Amino acid sequence: MSEREPVERDQAPSPSRRGFLAAVAAAAAGVMIAPGIRLIELAAARPAGEPASGAVRWGLLIDTTRCARGCEDCVAACARENALERRGETSVAETQRPQWIRKIELKELATGRELSLPMMCQHCARPPCVDVCPTGASFKRADGIVLVDQHRCIGCRYCMMACPYQARSFVHEPLARQNPAVPRGKGCVEGCTLCVHRVDRGLAPACVAACAEAGHGAMLFGDLNDPASAISRRLREVASVEVRADLRLGTGVRYQGI
Amino acid sequence: MRALTTAVRRASATAPGPAAARGDRARGLRAVALVLLVGALFVPLSASAQAGGRTPQPEIVIDAEGGCVAPPDEMRRNHMNMLIHQRPLTVRQGVRGAEVSLRGCIECHASREDGSAIGTRRNFCQSCHDFVAVRLDCFDCHQARPGAEGVRR
Ligand code: HEC
Ligand code: HEC
Ligand code: HEC
Repeated sequence: MSEREPVERDQAPSPSRRGFLAAVAAAAAGVMIAPGIRLIELAAARPAGEPASGAVRWGLLIDTTRCARGCEDCVAACARENALERRGETSVAETQRPQWIRKIELKELATGRELSLPMMCQHCARPPCVDVCPTGASFKRADGIVLVDQHRCIGCRYCMMACPYQARSFVHEPLARQNPAVPRGKGCVEGCTLCVHRVDRGLAPACVAACAEAGHGAMLFGDLNDPASAISRRLREVASVEVRADLRLGTGVRYQGI
Repeated sequence: MRALTTAVRRASATAPGPAAARGDRARGLRAVALVLLVGALFVPLSASAQAGGRTPQPEIVIDAEGGCVAPPDEMRRNHMNMLIHQRPLTVRQGVRGAEVSLRGCIECHASREDGSAIGTRRNFCQSCHDFVAVRLDCFDCHQARPGAEGVRR
């Protein structure tokens, strides 16, 4: 089990240790897609034809002590994976461009302590966006991933107003050259999908993979319902919080060191 | 039709005299009706056969080899229902690798010439739709071009 989750276990691997773990992982899982890819392999992809399972709850633990100020690796990886970057002319204001993950810099006024963290959809257990959606487009999948069914979204943006994390964006203009695995288009609300298209194939979200590949290891992805998963073990060991825990939303994303 | 005429003939055999004459008349009427009916069937057929060259027909180009996810006549009638049926299963329940998928259609039906399933009347997913004046919004969001696995690295 632990050998199958080298990244989760090995947060900031030295090259040789990383190589060793990768070799162990490849031997254990018996797969090696290409150099590097095996590093971010979670477990086996869900078999074809099987729906997402309620026995799983995907979650993220973000270690803010490892998240460097000014580092935008996760943001860039998200934009690349989901084809968020705008190519060519646009009349859409900078503040209105789609953004699924952003970096936030914080400073504790009393002490002057500064920290930096990525903010995105927190994949709540009780998501307010789902509560307010008039069409049922906002929904929570059985495995805890909160998504927009764009076939039902009418672009009313209630969910954007309901979200305490400002995690959703609206697409204001026609798009082209989307990632074939990530359809998106004008007139709909969208947000972090936890890279559902990757997770369903047994890969970690793009931000997590990029953070690990760059050696920061500030993001740990895994199954919160599996007591043996790296993320569950870490959550038992270290203090972590939900952002706006007062709202009792039961976020799937937790932060360490804030 | 043949069963009908034999039944008439049997009726006339068991009823001689004036009844037989009436039977003959009825038979004549039926024959006329039959000719008219057969003619009526043939007219539209021959008309459409002639029109083959004059009326524009959808030009369906299929580059993929082998078969579709269902026999062609079923695909022609039901592909939209298949897609709309599968859609919530994949998107909302997370069923992956289903036989019917929009990405799957594109992988097989994108043109070898320009790599797309839409664009001109020769592109598969546009050929019939132009002909029957169906406009899809699917490709505002979905790529009409195949993409290997779709996961970027
Ligand atoms: C506003 C954007 C948008 C439009 C318009 C749209 N889709 Fe989708 N579609 C999506 C998103 C987002 C997904 C989820 C992709 C995923 O998770 O794999 C999706 C997934 C799907 C899937 C499951 C994945 C697959 O490839 O089989 C099907 C089937 C589908 N759409 C069919 C359609 C059809 C048919 C139309 C047109 C009638 C359409 N969609 C229009 C955004 C859109
Ligand atoms: C494995 C490749 C493959 C996939 C996937 C596939 N097709 Fe096909 N399709 C074909 C081939 C090959 C034919 C021609 C079959 C024949 O003539 O026997 C065909 C025929 C058709 C036809 C009939 C065209 C005609 O002759 O009038 C339609 C409509 C069609 N496909 C639609 C779709 C749709 C919609 C999808 C997605 C749900 C899809 N196909 C998925 C390969 C594929
Ligand atoms: C053989 C001709 C033909 C081909 C080829 C074809 N279609 Fe269609 N399609 C139709 C017809 C006819 C309709 C309209 C049916 C109706 O409205 O009752 C339709 C309707 C649809 C609809 C429903 C549209 C709506 O708004 O309700 C979808 C989705 C669709 N097609 C997808 C596809 C895709 C994807 C392809 C390419 C893989 C394709 N079709 C290729 C004939 C075709």
